[in-house]
Amino acid sequence: MIDIIFCISAAVAIISALLTVSAHNVVHALLYLVTMMLAIALIFFMLGSPFAAALQIIVYAGAVMVLFVFVTMMLHQGERSLAAERQLFNPQVAKGPLILSALLVIELILLSLGSVGLHQEILTGSLPVDQTVKQLAIQLFGSYRVLVVLAAIMLLAALVSAIHITKQGNKPDTKAKPIHKSGSTEFTPVEIEPNQAQTNKKTRGEHG
Amino acid sequence: MIEITWILALSGVLFAIGLFGLLSRRNLLFMLISLEIMLNGIALIFIAASSLHGNVNGQLMYLFILTLAACEVAVGLALVIGIYRQQQDLDVDKLTKLKG
Repeated sequence: MIDIIFCISAAVAIISALLTVSAHNVVHALLYLVTMMLAIALIFFMLGSPFAAALQIIVYAGAVMVLFVFVTMMLHQGERSLAAERQLFNPQVAKGPLILSALLVIELILLSLGSVGLHQEILTGSLPVDQTVKQLAIQLFGSYRVLVVLAAIMLLAALVSAIHITKQGNKPDTKAKPIHKSGSTEFTPVEIEPNQAQTNKKTRGEHG
Repeated sequence: MIEITWILALSGVLFAIGLFGLLSRRNLLFMLISLEIMLNGIALIFIAASSLHGNVNGQLMYLFILTLAACEVAVGLALVIGIYRQQQDLDVDKLTKLKG
């Protein structure tokens, strides 16, 4: 029974990954990507590491996806993305991810009802005591503490570099900027907004 | 108990799909998404190894992979925004400013 549930989750993960890679629209790709991450979280759960499953959902399907969606909305690639956003709450678009996620939810309910016999000991043979979250924390802040510090430094470096890259008006870049049709070298939010308003008006005029 | 070979196969398939996406898509956002798929495939191997060997080292490595992925996404998306500001496009074939 566990094998069947694993096979369904694996199939869901592979199908969503394929649809992610082959999607034409970024928003659809992100929906399928979230589904793939939920399927992988379910597999983690079945493998006897619920902590990793929770982290997968919180960090990947939560934080990273929010970052992606935020950037997708920020970039706002002209009329094509406008049309895509008009379709955003169209149930037709979200049908595929919804069906796949519903499969995963059914599997999770089956697992947690215990009808399959999901307990860590049964699932992964005789699981020793040293696979608990407590043991993980002892290891993490014991023998791996240098890596924790290094990870913290890496996060700080990523934060600083992300802020630096996205900062408006980097001086060395002004020379390398291509000639825009508007002639402006830098885009401030104030400058972007009228353009978006224009495209909005244009598309509204075309479709309205 | 799930067979370890199945998990390895699934992980390999996910990695292959991600690699295919990375090589075939020309949109920078889709390339980052494909990188995420590849990282997920790798994380799956670590969790499976953790459950196979019965210790927490695999889960610890998963924690660090998670940190790495978060850093990679943050810097990658910052670069995407910067490139979009300069080029008004995310097509990597058009990023030829550095060509000699």
